[in-house]
Amino acid sequence: MSDELLAIADRVVAMAKPGEQIEAVVVRGTETEIRVFGGDVESLSSAQSQGVGIRIVVDGRQGFAYAGSLDESAIAETLADARDNVSFATFDEFAGLAEPDGVVIPVLDLHRDAMVSFATDDKIALAIELERVVMAADPRISGIESAEYADSISEAAIASSAGIRTTGSETSCFLATYAMATEGDETQTGFGFSVGREPSDLTPSAAAIEAAERATRMLGAVQPPSGRLTVVLDPWVTAQFLGILGYTLDGESVLKGRSLFAERLGESVGSSLLTLIDDPTDVRSFTATDADGEGLAARRNVLIENGVLQKFVHNAYSARRAGTVSTGNAVRGFKSTPSVGCLSVSLVPGISEPAALIAGIDDGVLVQEVSGLHSGVNPVSGDFSTGAEGLRIRNGELAEPVREFTIASTLQKMLRDVQAVGSDLQFLPMNATGVSLVVADLTVSGS
Amino acid sequence: MIEQSVLEEVLGVAMRTGGEFAEVFAEDRRNASAVLDDGRVEELTSGRDRGAGIRVVVGDTTGFAHTADLTEAGLIAAAEAAAAAARGGGGGTNVVALDRRSASRGYDIETYPGNVPKARKVELLGRANDAARAVGGAISQVSVSYGDNRRHILVANSDGLFVEDDTVRTFFAVSCVATGDAGMQTGRESVGHTIGFEMFDMYDVDQLARNAADRALTKLAARPAPSGQMPVVIGSGGGGVLFHEACGHGLEADLVAKGASVFRGRVGQQVASKGVTVVDDGTMEREWGNIAVDDEGNPAQRNVLIEDGVLTDYMWDHLRARKEGRRSSGNGRRQSYQNLPMVRMTNTYLLAGEEDPESIIASTPKGVYVKHLGGGQVNTATGDFVFGMTEAYLIEDGKITEPLREGNLIGNGPEVLQRIDALGNDFAMGPPGTCGKDGQGVPVGDGVPTLRVSSLTIGGTAA
Repeated sequence: MSDELLAIADRVVAMAKPGEQIEAVVVRGTETEIRVFGGDVESLSSAQSQGVGIRIVVDGRQGFAYAGSLDESAIAETLADARDNVSFATFDEFAGLAEPDGVVIPVLDLHRDAMVSFATDDKIALAIELERVVMAADPRISGIESAEYADSISEAAIASSAGIRTTGSETSCFLATYAMATEGDETQTGFGFSVGREPSDLTPSAAAIEAAERATRMLGAVQPPSGRLTVVLDPWVTAQFLGILGYTLDGESVLKGRSLFAERLGESVGSSLLTLIDDPTDVRSFTATDADGEGLAARRNVLIENGVLQKFVHNAYSARRAGTVSTGNAVRGFKSTPSVGCLSVSLVPGISEPAALIAGIDDGVLVQEVSGLHSGVNPVSGDFSTGAEGLRIRNGELAEPVREFTIASTLQKMLRDVQAVGSDLQFLPMNATGVSLVVADLTVSGS
Repeated sequence: MIEQSVLEEVLGVAMRTGGEFAEVFAEDRRNASAVLDDGRVEELTSGRDRGAGIRVVVGDTTGFAHTADLTEAGLIAAAEAAAAAARGGGGGTNVVALDRRSASRGYDIETYPGNVPKARKVELLGRANDAARAVGGAISQVSVSYGDNRRHILVANSDGLFVEDDTVRTFFAVSCVATGDAGMQTGRESVGHTIGFEMFDMYDVDQLARNAADRALTKLAARPAPSGQMPVVIGSGGGGVLFHEACGHGLEADLVAKGASVFRGRVGQQVASKGVTVVDDGTMEREWGNIAVDDEGNPAQRNVLIEDGVLTDYMWDHLRARKEGRRSSGNGRRQSYQNLPMVRMTNTYLLAGEEDPESIIASTPKGVYVKHLGGGQVNTATGDFVFGMTEAYLIEDGKITEPLREGNLIGNGPEVLQRIDALGNDFAMGPPGTCGKDGQGVPVGDGVPTLRVSSLTIGGTAA
């Protein structure tokens, strides 16, 4: 199937006029989303979508256009729009497409035929089972805010006049639920999920029980007093934090003076316990991929090693400008030109189980959920403040639930204050992998 | 976009398997954007998305399929897929006769952005960049973005509704980084309206750029925000997101119906301080959240949600209203033809009170003055919500003093609404927003007068 997409991309590239560099990204996907409620299907969406993005560079100027269609007429219109847009860009000596760099595209097990042939009724059954187990998990479970099954089968082809010709195909699916627990007038919520490349990877019961447990253990939560405490971020929370940290290590942010680590390569920027990698070739990761958004091989990059900043990630443009080579970190959909970003960021796990991490803390908080990351974390200044909920830790044990408080620090200080990295790697439906993380001296704002 | 006879045929197919309700939502959307960053116009982007989403409702189940193929054959294939997804029994026959209505938003677009030469759009970027950098040498980076879109929608359903609408939105934003001895800080200014290129007759882009630069510079000298509870004064136009999060989402009927809202069963009760009146109003002319009809074809309305502190009603879409045997409130919206509609806000705002804003600050011995809020997030089931402060100052002895670094504030919706103890007479709408729910983003507006919350938890780091 991807060959058909590559043929379309090739046809676009063949339309290059003298002096034009052209790149075409062609994608097609099939997605199913099933939401259930009260033991029945609430909604079932299934659809195919496709699109093309065309980038043209002429004499250091770049133009771009896209269309959500692969019709010949839509492609012709998109090509004309991209061409017209070129003349309005400012000349940039570094503008240009990615050149083949000789790195072999890894062969990864990202596409499963079992996903393609899995029957809709069986997908519905998984979602209904998810809801059923949540509801049966505890008498205090009062309902679900959502219980859903979703999958995606996607293919993409990239071709360019610089010699790139790459195709890829990936399948993925997940189950996710928000459970509600109620006691008296009080309701609390908890999230659970399971991810995989095909439905047999999914475990509805584990997702359901996690959601129910996270909701019920929050019942009776109070606002904690303000103070400075040691905080354990659970894997779900750590992953969100790593996603933001990834932004500060993107080569484009560095070049444009928006990274707080710009001048710090080779320096210690955090605890020696921290080794941060971006590894989209790890097939366990939900966002694993064999090629980046410009068709270059995806690769494992070590960004921070034992606390020392080793590398920024780059796409072809940022690398050319920085005088280095692309790290295979072009990020894009068909509706945009490539930006730079981490594809699948993770900490190298430590040796301690979460229970052992908690056992070592006299007075602290386990944070199981954060909110307002987009409004409370500024990756340029490093200021960090988010809403949080979780469980108090007293004398090495989990104690009463706490909510309606914030945790605050700066990204710079948090990296230095890391006390331990857990052993509990958790793969999540996002571009970062979770692991328990112990951070000292965070400011808790509550009552 | 699609012939009436084709729509009637497609709806008939959608209803053939026993559907109780079927709908075709077609969309043809053109986007244009231009970005200047690091002194260069990086690119102009043009895009077009065109397609239709078809849903079929059987009992409590909705089947949905979408297609980019707007031919009769393409639409019928999508209708059959949606009907199959709804798992109807079959055997029904249904003749749908559409009654074409017109959508009106009460004003005209003066200059369609699609007719404006690209060079004029690019020129705005350069002007803003120059103006921001001219503010001072500490401004170390500037990014300017321009965007416009024209969205033509068509809604036809098995109740006979048939309506089309054409919406134009224009957007402009400037983001600055300032660098000082203590690191970098950011400042942003954005404007967006449901109008055409005439938006630039309303605003001076040089001034917008200077506002963004000033915000970044001010924060270079900022100290860490306090940690703990204290009174918070929110500036006029700066903080409608407070109500969007504190009560707006919790008043969406789909969440209420699932028991996932702290405001469930509270209509008719005093849920906020006397004097607090919260409105969601899709008819607000030219505002970012303006719609003529919602994405289910129902006319936009001005809906009073809380009146003088009493909860009067929730917001409704077609499905939830149908279940309750009432009319939609015009709040059924979706990101695109690829998504199902759900209950969404439009322009959500708090009506002005009578107090002089100066006196609200003067009567606050110690607290925080938030001139501009950032985004927010709420857990509607617990009512706990956060929102960020992007420009804030300390209030000491009734006077605004030092600037504060960024941080989130946290509170509980029902509690915070009861703690509003001062309302200014200076209402203003705030900057354009994008509200996210279940992965779908839609444009929304908000507005507030100067107001005071007697106690909120401020998530800074200073003792």
